[in-house]
Amino acid sequence: MSTLRYAFFLGCIMPNRYPGLESSIRRVFKELGIELVDMKGASCCPAPGVARSFSFDAWLTLAARNLSIAEEMGLDVVTGCNGCYATLREVSHEYHAKERIREKVNSYLSQIGRSFNGKIQAKHVLEVLYFDIGVENLKKFIKKQLNLRAVVHYGCHLIKPSNKRPWMESVERPRFFDELVEVTGAKSVDVKDKYMCCGAGGGVRSGVIDVALDITREKIENAYASKADCIVNACSFCHLQFDLGQVEINKARNTSYSMPIIYYTQLLGLAMGFSPKELGLHQNFISVEPLLKKIGTA
Amino acid sequence: MTLTALAERPSPRKPITADQLDLKLPDELIVAGVERIRECIQCGTCTASCPSGRRTAYRTRLLMRKTLLGLKDDLLKSLDLWLCTTCYTCYERCPRKISTVDTIITLRNMASAKGFMIPRHKEISKQLIEKGHLVPINEANIKRRAELGLSELPPTVHSHPEALNEVKKLLQLTGFTKLVEG
Ligand code: SF4
Ligand code: SF4
Repeated sequence: MSTLRYAFFLGCIMPNRYPGLESSIRRVFKELGIELVDMKGASCCPAPGVARSFSFDAWLTLAARNLSIAEEMGLDVVTGCNGCYATLREVSHEYHAKERIREKVNSYLSQIGRSFNGKIQAKHVLEVLYFDIGVENLKKFIKKQLNLRAVVHYGCHLIKPSNKRPWMESVERPRFFDELVEVTGAKSVDVKDKYMCCGAGGGVRSGVIDVALDITREKIENAYASKADCIVNACSFCHLQFDLGQVEINKARNTSYSMPIIYYTQLLGLAMGFSPKELGLHQNFISVEPLLKKIGTA
Repeated sequence: MTLTALAERPSPRKPITADQLDLKLPDELIVAGVERIRECIQCGTCTASCPSGRRTAYRTRLLMRKTLLGLKDDLLKSLDLWLCTTCYTCYERCPRKISTVDTIITLRNMASAKGFMIPRHKEISKQLIEKGHLVPINEANIKRRAELGLSELPPTVHSHPEALNEVKKLLQLTGFTKLVEG
């Protein structure tokens, strides 16, 4: 089997706010034998909510520049952020679907001496784990079964728009992420509005934060009602919204939410025997100690 | 530029007059790629699916109706246009397969071009223009990275000034810089 190699797209929030997520992806992928190559000089994806809302052309062109870096490396892209995933995937889609988009992209890129030819794909970290490695294979790497009750939060752009996503499952009730979580021994619990948005997307977090946090509050309440130990996510922006968001809600509403938030490769990393420190779990705002205690790693 | 809540304007009690209507608006959306916009049957599935509408006066169906009527001015000045999280739930469920999210994004592009942007959105856009990241690195996270054994600066534009120049140039060429900085 040829080794799996991907260009690793970081985005903004992962490297600049939650480097623990980046660390967990790098460590887990290395252990699984997947090589990640840095994309030198990549920028913001840019964000499909904010940047695309202001200027479709700027969004399209900057994303195409990022894709052109990976194309130069001759590698498909992998990203661990649903927002970056949305941007890179949708721009590839636009590129392949429309002649005028191809022309537009390259007329801009040629002015900085670049081009994009649509030869590579953008994938999500979960996509690589689910399709390239596979659930059965992943089981071989598990050293420790995690006795946890987890709310599995997919995040909107991981699965939608479904006509531009690879999952081949119902968009209303997909299961692939639950399967990936259950590999670790954690139980994916039933929870109200499981597939609802975290609240952060579309520029709502930056633009109208009260509304964003009110959506988050509802998700956190539902997680408590399902007696979960944590919310597992696969997006740096959802991660930030749930983790930092609880601090912001507590401040604004005088509440004391403290639901631990864990990114998928952090959870998988714990089950593979990495220490919480290596996975950056201590860098969350909301303490994950209760969760570590429960699985006996504290 | 202050944005007002869509549901408040114009008052439902006031009749809509012809001079408020821009009859070309639906066609502008079709050109932008929302080919099926005229198929809307006002069923309200979008509104019923909306996490934002669940807690605000924002109504996706109302936005679709106003778009088809051509209440352009009203739409572009409304804060409600910015309450969509682009969760795509309505897009998936619309029985007429209308690209609701593309409708919203296209209207937001029109609003931005006219200067109707939320001030905080302009601020974060300035970060993109200056740093190439909407969310750039800070001191605290340089430390956190080091603690994890990662490079202090990520291997992005943060480590490559010549790459940042490329980004700056593209933002200028596409008109983004002018949009944000005026
Ligand atoms: S769900 Fe579709 S058809 Fe129904 S009101 Fe919304 S946009 Fe119109
Ligand atoms: S995509 Fe926007 S309008 Fe549609 S349901 Fe989600 S938040 Fe509401």
